[in-house]
Parts: sequence; structure tokens; C-alpha cells
Amino acid sequence: MSKKLTRRKFLMGSGAVVGGGLVLGYVALPNQLNDLAKANKGSGAVLSGWIRITPDNKVTVMVPHSEMGQGVHTALPMMAADELDADWDLVSMEQAPALSEYANEPLGEGFIVGGKSVPDILAPLINKAFYQIAQAMNLQITGGSTSVRFTGHYGMRVAGAAAREMLLRAAAQEWEVSLNSLSASKGVVTHLPSGRSLTYGELAEAASTFDPNPTPVLKAKAEHTIVGTKRKRFDIPSKVDGSAKYGIDAEVDGMLYAAIARVPVHGGTVTSIDEVAAAAMPGVKKICNLGYGVAVVADKYWRAKKALEAVNFEFDGGEASTLNSSAISAKFERDLDTMEPEFDIEKGDVNFEGVSGSNIHDAQYEVPYQAHACMEPLNCTAWVRDGMCDVWTGSQAPLMARATAANAAEVDEENVTVHGFMLGGGFGRRIHAENDYVAPAVEISKMVGAPVKTVWSREEDMRFDEYRPAVISRFRGVLDEGNKPSMWYNRYSDKREPVEAPLVPYSIPGQSIGYVVSQSHLKLGPWRSVDHSQHAFFTESFIDELAYKAGIDPLEYRLSLLGDAPRHAAVLRAAAVKAGWYSGKRGGRAMGAAVHESFGSICAHIAEVSVDESGQLRVHRVFSAVDCGEAINPDNIESQIESAIIYGMTAALYGEITVENGAVVQGNFPDYEMVRMDEVPEIDVQIIESGAPLGGMGEPGLPPIAPAITNAIFAATNIRVRKLPLMNVDLKAGV
Amino acid sequence: MKFTLNVNDQIHDVDVEPDTPLLWVLRDELGFKGVKFGCGVAACGACTVHLDGTATRTCVLPIDAIDGEAITTIEGLADADVLSGVQQAWIDHQVPQCGYCQSGMIMAVSALLDEIPNPTDDDIDASITNICRCGSYPRVRKAIHAIAASKGDA
Repeated sequence: MSKKLTRRKFLMGSGAVVGGGLVLGYVALPNQLNDLAKANKGSGAVLSGWIRITPDNKVTVMVPHSEMGQGVHTALPMMAADELDADWDLVSMEQAPALSEYANEPLGEGFIVGGKSVPDILAPLINKAFYQIAQAMNLQITGGSTSVRFTGHYGMRVAGAAAREMLLRAAAQEWEVSLNSLSASKGVVTHLPSGRSLTYGELAEAASTFDPNPTPVLKAKAEHTIVGTKRKRFDIPSKVDGSAKYGIDAEVDGMLYAAIARVPVHGGTVTSIDEVAAAAMPGVKKICNLGYGVAVVADKYWRAKKALEAVNFEFDGGEASTLNSSAISAKFERDLDTMEPEFDIEKGDVNFEGVSGSNIHDAQYEVPYQAHACMEPLNCTAWVRDGMCDVWTGSQAPLMARATAANAAEVDEENVTVHGFMLGGGFGRRIHAENDYVAPAVEISKMVGAPVKTVWSREEDMRFDEYRPAVISRFRGVLDEGNKPSMWYNRYSDKREPVEAPLVPYSIPGQSIGYVVSQSHLKLGPWRSVDHSQHAFFTESFIDELAYKAGIDPLEYRLSLLGDAPRHAAVLRAAAVKAGWYSGKRGGRAMGAAVHESFGSICAHIAEVSVDESGQLRVHRVFSAVDCGEAINPDNIESQIESAIIYGMTAALYGEITVENGAVVQGNFPDYEMVRMDEVPEIDVQIIESGAPLGGMGEPGLPPIAPAITNAIFAATNIRVRKLPLMNVDLKAGV
Repeated sequence: MKFTLNVNDQIHDVDVEPDTPLLWVLRDELGFKGVKFGCGVAACGACTVHLDGTATRTCVLPIDAIDGEAITTIEGLADADVLSGVQQAWIDHQVPQCGYCQSGMIMAVSALLDEIPNPTDDDIDASITNICRCGSYPRVRKAIHAIAASKGDA
């Protein structure tokens, strides 16, 4: 368990030889080193648990994060290989197995830099809530845009640099020369005076006898040869010929298939099952009452699915059975009216007594529940037998999947093996907030005593998501004589994480931001950028409203308030310059701006839209600028911004999960529409390398897109959109 | 019920219920796992294959509707080890992200380019209606135009 590891003083223990190569673990105990060697298939040399160098000079980087399209399987090896001075053409990666030794939770404790507690330098970067979750659950987690900035910076870079030092020391010993007479480049150590050279592969075994330095000197940015250059992703070739394996592609000998139907009302229970017709259908092996739903197990998936349709079951949905979306919204309003808030920030004077009504501006915003709708419907294959359990699934947190499976199978965690796969989309859905897709698969396997692949239908996937919370957010702003905001009052109806999501970068002397926690019966979970996705819409809309009330260009207004936030100002200005910012309408089009910080990166979007006579919205162009401190793989940053814009556009334009009689209405893509090719704007991405600590990239492009679009709509139509999605808003009246 | 299918120039015999969608026959009977299940209602295109060269969504296509057409899946697109032009362009332009929709996307684009070698943006918008949650669309478009341009140069 990583708990034990975090008590150890050193990240990197001594090296070891396996199969003729070098093993160096960050685990100090011999048995743990053995485990690690086993996990590395007993071949080659493992440096630091993450780097293996084989005699043929090939470098393999073990990546402890899941690949779901965000490029982490390439970005992390780039960081390790750059510090190592490896030959990139000889670098490959492997997905680290689901073992605690690879958990990134120790990073949170600063373990990797040799300390027992979070070092000061690291502390401000750690999202507290995320860290607590990771700590509590021992997650080998991929979420919170943490892979590059934590595992990469504090793990991969350190591992690469330490390994390089060991290789140089091995060469110095071999030739009996001084360290400073050596240079390393592209996987070769050269003795400069004599011109002698040895490859890393040749030196690996000797290198393993040295103790690694847990605090090696990392390169300066200008010394990077791999980081900062466009490198092709390792995972892409397998994604163009159909060979990439996702959880749904798992194959186990003797495997059966399960189709599952849950009680339509979240939290409800099955009261009776009429299974006579289904049991007689071809290939059906078992009909399982799961309590919260019914599963049919058959020899083929299609047979299981058809038999499931023939099962009739009664259920008790409880009190939630009468709920609908308008009642849920009314509850949020009521709770906002009556509950005592908790506060994110209270500073300066926020007191409306004596303030002239003409200086006050009020607004209330609302966003609905959102589904993740990953392209790969949820699935999990499980096999429980003889006190053992195997699980095959795509997961953002395989150690959590392991804990869940152990619990459901009633076996020790050590007896559970999680087999990792590519993720056909994650976006937070595969992080096991509610343990809802691994546990059922394990339960079903246990009931039938065979390996079973459980595949959710698209409808199950959409109706039993862990949704992004619906939120109502209320604002009151006060402008001073100079038309600058002097008071910023905000109350909203749900709080998750990160805690800082509702904070604004603007210089406003009086701020009171608080919340109540008001929810319905629907299950909730993290959704790409988590609370930032809602709050950026609220705060960047409201600052826009204040700008118009002040009669000042909304871009200028923001910039005038960003004196204390120079990075925000810089990205906003960069995006605006590239866009050729204009206020008002030009040629039937109009622009809207938004800027927001999340996960250590700051992103601004300028959206250009038009609305035609019929009220049809078109987002023509989006100019983005992002400051993530330093660019690791610039091409991948561009694709992540494109991705976040389009994912966020779908939410802004169409995304809406509604409830009737306690059940989710939307079931498939025709009624939960997606942005497709024909609606995608031209996207221009600028990367700003401010040199600030590394920020995340998987999520920060998302929060500012909705307000950039709705602010542009206001510029085009004078219609202020305060409730999403846009498909419900009639924009005709403004044209 | 027994059926004979021609998949990627190989003849396969299968024994399944006649209403079984071609998707599940290809995936679970014949092992063509590159063909993906996305929605089950022909809305997303993840399950797209070629039937006699025409892009076809297979999740709602019962096997008994197949009448001897040559079926090509993503696994049959490359010529031995040489990737097709579309597959190579997908690597050159780093199109896929999670990649789950890309088998279907590549099959749809390949069929489009066979029909219209130099498609306009409107042609692309009209023909490529596949859903990609990662938002690879700008790169799909860029890659299509690059393929068309390289053919024009040849």
C-alpha cells in the first residue's frame, strides 16, 4: 500500500538488476522492489520505477496514468526522456499496472522530493480537495489535470535526471575519469577528452549499483531538447487501424455477457421481477436481481440485451418518484432563500444599505445537469473465483477500481488484478465517484460463477450518469462613481471542487461569495473542469453585464480590473489582439470575451458569433490564448484546447439532463444532441509560456467557452443568456 | 440461423439470430473489435463499416439484411502493412484523441473521399456526421483537405 510507502524517507531506493539490466525502484523494501520487477515483466532495467533501460539502449517509461485522449502517455515520457537526455527515437511507454507502487498519491506528500510532508514549493499547487480524495482512497488517479504538473514535474523529471546522473557515474567509474569530463546526449555518454563513448544500454547494469539522487538538478527551460517540441503521440497508430484495446474489447476465455437495466428513479429498488419470458430466450444463463436493477446474463451480448427487454420488473422509487426538473430548480431557489450560506470569501465592505438603486445590478444564472456521454459506453468485465478477482476495464483510477472490486467480491485487495485499457472518453466519468460500473460487474460474475462482460446500453449510460450538478447562482454588483465594481455579492446552490472555482481575478474591494448545498436525488460526479465549468459561465457573464451597465467595452473593462492578475491580462490581451477585437456588431457578427483560471492554467477565449433572422446561432471563430506556464507538447496543447472548446460548446448549446417523475428523460444522442462537424468554429490557439509553475491542460480550455459565446450573443442581439443550454433560448427577438 | 459474410476479403460462416445487428456479429462472433459500439441507434457512427464501399452504420443493421455485399472494417483498410491514405493522414495530423470514434470516422471519411476526391467544407459537413466527444473535428477537416491536396499534387 502506498500508505506504507509514504512513510519511507526516500523516493528512490537502491538499484537492482533484473534480466541483465538495471532496476532502480523508488521503493525501499526488497519485496516491493521484487513486485515492481515482476510488474515490469522481469526484463531490462527499471530506473525509479518509471524508467527502464535495456541493453539495446531502449528506454521504456512506465506511465501511471490513463490515456483517454489527453496525450499523457506521450507528455510524461517526453519529460522523463528530456531530463535523461535519451534518444527519443528509442523511447517508448508502457501503462503502469494498477499497483500502489505507482500511485501518484505519494506525490501529494512530497515523497518524491524526499520529504515526509508537502514541501512548501508544492503546497500551493495542490488542489486541497483533490489531494484529500487521493490521500483517502490511494488513487492512481488521472484527473484534476494533474498528470503533467505533478507526476510529470515532480516524478518523471526527477526520475529522468536521477537516472542520467547514475549513468554518468557508471561511465566515470568504467573509464576512471572525472564526472565533469563527460557529456550525455541522445542516449550516449561521451568522454570528451578521449572521444570514447558508451550507450545508456551498455551502462545500465553498472548504473544500477549507485544510489539515486532524490534531488537532482533539473534542466533550465532553454536546455530542453524534447519538451517544448511537437512530438507525435505514442497511442495514435493503434487508433487508426482498429487495434487499440478499450475496456469494451476485453476478451476472456469462457466469457459471458450481461446487459443491465436499473430502476429508472435513481436510488430506487426492485420490488418484483417477471422473468419467465426472458429466461426461456436463447442463450440466457441467469437473470440477476441486483436490488437497484436487473441484469440478464447470456452467452452473447445481443441475446442478453434482447432478453433484458423481455424482463418486466416493478420498483419502488421512493419520494423521488414525483420529482421533476422544475421542482428541483424550485428547491434550489428555496434553499438559497432560506439556508445559511458557507463562505468562499468575505472581504471588504459588502453592504447595500444606502447604495443608490441605479448603481446596483442583479442577475441570476442557472445551468442544468450534464451527462458525460463518453463515446465508449460504460463497461466492465469481471471474474470472481477461488478468492481471486480479475477486472478488465478502462478507469481513471484503477486503484479505486481495485478497492471497489475487492469490496464487491469480498476478497482482499491483494487478490484483485485490474487490467488496464485505453479509455473511450473519461471526462471524469471513469473516476468511480459512485463505484457504479465496476461493482455491478463483479457482483454479476459472482452470481454466475464465470467471467462476465457487462456492457451498458447508451440509454443506461446517459440515464445513470454521475452528472455535473445543476446550479443556480445569484449576483448583485455595485458600481462606484468611476463605474468600477465596488461590491461583488454571489450566492450559489452547490459546492464541489476545486474550492477556488467561484473566485474572480478582478480587483473588487468588497466581495462576498458564499453557497448552500442543495441537491436532488441524482448521482453526481466530476465533469471536465468540475465546478469551474459552471462558475466561469456565471462570473464571466456577470462581469460582462457590469461592463455594459458601466457603458465600457467589456474587454477594456476586464483589463482595467486585472491589475492584480497580470497573467490573466496577458492571455486576454493576446487572444483579443489575434482576434482583432471589436465591440458592437460588424458585418452581422459580434465578439464576446471570457478569461478563467483553472488547474493552474489561465485560458481566454474570444468567440465571434452571428444570429440570423430565424434566431439561428452560428459560432464562427474562437481565438484562444492559454498560459500553462510551460508547454510540454505544444501540438497536444492545441488539440486539448480544441477539445475543451467543443466539449464545452456541446454543453452550452445542447447539454441538458432533465427529470420527470424522478427519472432522467434523455437517453441517447437524438435527445441529448452533440456539436458535430458542421457546427465547429475555426479555432486559433496561442500558447503563452509565462514560466509560471506548470498548469494542467486537459480541462482549462473548457470553462471560458460558454460565457465567451453568450457574451458574444449579447453583443449581437442584446439578449443576455442567463440560463443554459442555448437551444432553449429564443434569440429571434434580438435580431 | 447460418449466414455467410465476406469481411475484408475473407469468407466467414456464422450462426446467429437473424435480427442480430452486424455490429455484434463483427465484434463478438468474428473478433473485429475495431468496429465500435457507441449508441445502438445509428446516431453516432462509431460502428461504421463499408458495404460494397458505402459507409454504413451497423448497430441497427440486422445480419439478414446483408445480401452478399463485401464488408470492409477498419482492420481491412490497410493494404498489408501499408496504411491507407486516410489512416496515414490521421497520424500525420494527430487526429485521434481517445480514439474510440475514429474507426467509424476513418471509414466514413474514406467513403467520402472515394466518392468526392476533393470535397468542399460543405461536402464534409454534410457527409461526416459522426460524433466525436473529444472534438477531433478540426483535425478531421484539416486531414481531409490535406489528403485531397496531396492527390491533386500527384
